[in-house]
Amino acid sequence: MNMTADPRDRGGPAQPLLLVNDLRKHFPVRGGLLGRQIATVQAVDDVSFSVRKGETLGIVGESGCGKSTTARLLMRLIEPDAGDVVFDGDPVGDRHGLSVNAMRRQMQMVFQDSYSSLNPRMTMAESVAYAPRMHGLPAKEALSRAEDLLAQVGLNPRQYARRYPHELSGGQRQRVNVARALALEPRLVILDEAVSALDKSIEAQVLNLLAELKARFNLTYLFISHDLNVVEYVSDRVLVMYLGRVVETGPVEAIYARPRHPYTRALFASKPTLDPDRRTKEMPLTGDPPNPINPPSGCRFRTRCAFAQAICAELVPPLAAPLDGADDSGAHLVACHLPHAQQVLHA
Amino acid sequence: MPDIMPVEAPVLQVDDLTVRFRRRGMDVAAVNGVSFALARGETLTILGESGSGKSVSLKALMGLLPDYAQIEGDVWLDGKPVLELPPAELAKLRGSAVSMIFQEPMAALDPVYTIGEQIAETIVQHEAVSRATAMRRTLDLLDHVKIPSAARRMKNYPHELSGGMRQRAMIALALACSPSVLLADEPTTALDVTVQIQILLLLRQLQEEFGMAIVFVTHDVGAAAEISDRIAVMYAGRFVETATTREIMRSPRHPYTEGLLASTVHGGLRGRVLETIPGAPPNLAHLPQGCAFAPRCRHAREICAHGEVPVTVSPTGAMVRCVRAAPVPAQEVSA
Repeated sequence: MNMTADPRDRGGPAQPLLLVNDLRKHFPVRGGLLGRQIATVQAVDDVSFSVRKGETLGIVGESGCGKSTTARLLMRLIEPDAGDVVFDGDPVGDRHGLSVNAMRRQMQMVFQDSYSSLNPRMTMAESVAYAPRMHGLPAKEALSRAEDLLAQVGLNPRQYARRYPHELSGGQRQRVNVARALALEPRLVILDEAVSALDKSIEAQVLNLLAELKARFNLTYLFISHDLNVVEYVSDRVLVMYLGRVVETGPVEAIYARPRHPYTRALFASKPTLDPDRRTKEMPLTGDPPNPINPPSGCRFRTRCAFAQAICAELVPPLAAPLDGADDSGAHLVACHLPHAQQVLHA
Repeated sequence: MPDIMPVEAPVLQVDDLTVRFRRRGMDVAAVNGVSFALARGETLTILGESGSGKSVSLKALMGLLPDYAQIEGDVWLDGKPVLELPPAELAKLRGSAVSMIFQEPMAALDPVYTIGEQIAETIVQHEAVSRATAMRRTLDLLDHVKIPSAARRMKNYPHELSGGMRQRAMIALALACSPSVLLADEPTTALDVTVQIQILLLLRQLQEEFGMAIVFVTHDVGAAAEISDRIAVMYAGRFVETATTREIMRSPRHPYTEGLLASTVHGGLRGRVLETIPGAPPNLAHLPQGCAFAPRCRHAREICAHGEVPVTVSPTGAMVRCVRAAPVPAQEVSA
């Protein structure tokens, strides 16, 4: 990857662009007449990972696993309870590091709902120009940058710059959201289910666009999705989350070909086969993911895990190399106590 | 236009169904001549993207469209002409001969009654049985849809159930009077993958037990491949291709079906630029002349923009609506 030319680079290609350590967010649940706290949603619980320069890190998991909360914590749209975020060597929100505002210039986000992400009373060009103007660019320059960006995302500015959100299709609006995310020339873009609401034929167009822009602007992506196929297609490395914790992480090939965590295996086995002659015969998991309010002790997956033993209820399994020693490169990590539960099953 | 011919007498037959929405100067042609027939125990999936008319078609079959919808064509359900029935007759049919499940179960379940009460109520409404009998059957149904500790869950309100459980409760409600036809409108779309596969497997199993025909509407190729016997691919209010699931998945013949399958992302495509269908679906208020897919089709020729698109039906019953599939007229054109 061509990282040498970027003058914004500080620590060199070996230094992760983003380091996340023990990020935590627990939401209080209030109830009763007095509005006292009656429970806690452990939305994100001690999540750590890194994002390398120029890569795409995919985060997969089902609803309630904390993947979107993680994104919002990174952007400081919500305040974390604990944990550190380090952007290219600079601690974010630290007196000696990067202010939240400065971080947001380098890190931008695209959301799932293309419509509610845009101000309905602003034209496309105004929406894209808004952030550069707020960050001090003169109005005229901001507007010409916006038109240039609209062209970059495949929307002819002559045709689209003066349109309002309701005049565009979902795919076109999402292109505008991508343009807007790029307006401050960020280095990291968080894509939170950014293609999930689009029809398949449009989704493929936007995925191609994202790949093009990544190369053209030297971007790093954090790609959050529930769609296992899309994550496999776009990611270099993958993080699998379950009920607020990371259960497995590693290079995309390893995770998809040799998933180690019983949850990851069940998740992949739930994927429709696309082959009418090899239909799924048995359900890999029963029931829904449990409620993140007061999740199970120890390993959070144990209540649905076929291998669970006493230790799983007692101790939180640390994220570590697979126990059979087959992969000690440190790249592939799994949070599971039991060696036999980590066995790779060859179908 | 017989798109497909089942061997057995059909429980549901739809002939040339059209739906137009005319209001406030708008004229939207949502469904433009859909025909199909369905035998007992058979599953037809209508596969299409948003705005293709798949949900509108289903709602037309149930008589659930607003007054300003103009519906034409014939729909025969268990030998009864659905579109000609007076409202009271239609209401009797809904829930007994045909019932529907939705993407959002909260839309189908009443929040102020327990699951058990609503299902029993439906049974009492349609069949002259006692409440005690209805409750017994309700418990049996909840067992069938694999709701754990059904006796206790019967007393729960919809909001007390998880998403997957609600979906199961809605399926139990839909099957309360053993309908001949179950209409399923994107029932697995909002679910997590691990729950989605459970519901697909459940529907397959219930179909074996109850023998109902299923019309399954989805935009998800994966769900379609898991559940259907046949797939009808819908575009701009028309079926553009209908064939067995195997034929559609292995050898799609319509350029739109090809494009849809090619743009369905999977890991095997890593590092490659995705094949896409250029452009976007047409505005249903201003449908193009001729083939509605022609403006996005890489094989489009001049003929595609004019006149009626030829329909070709193979000996196996597979249908495709495309000039390329009709070799004889195509040669005439190029001559």
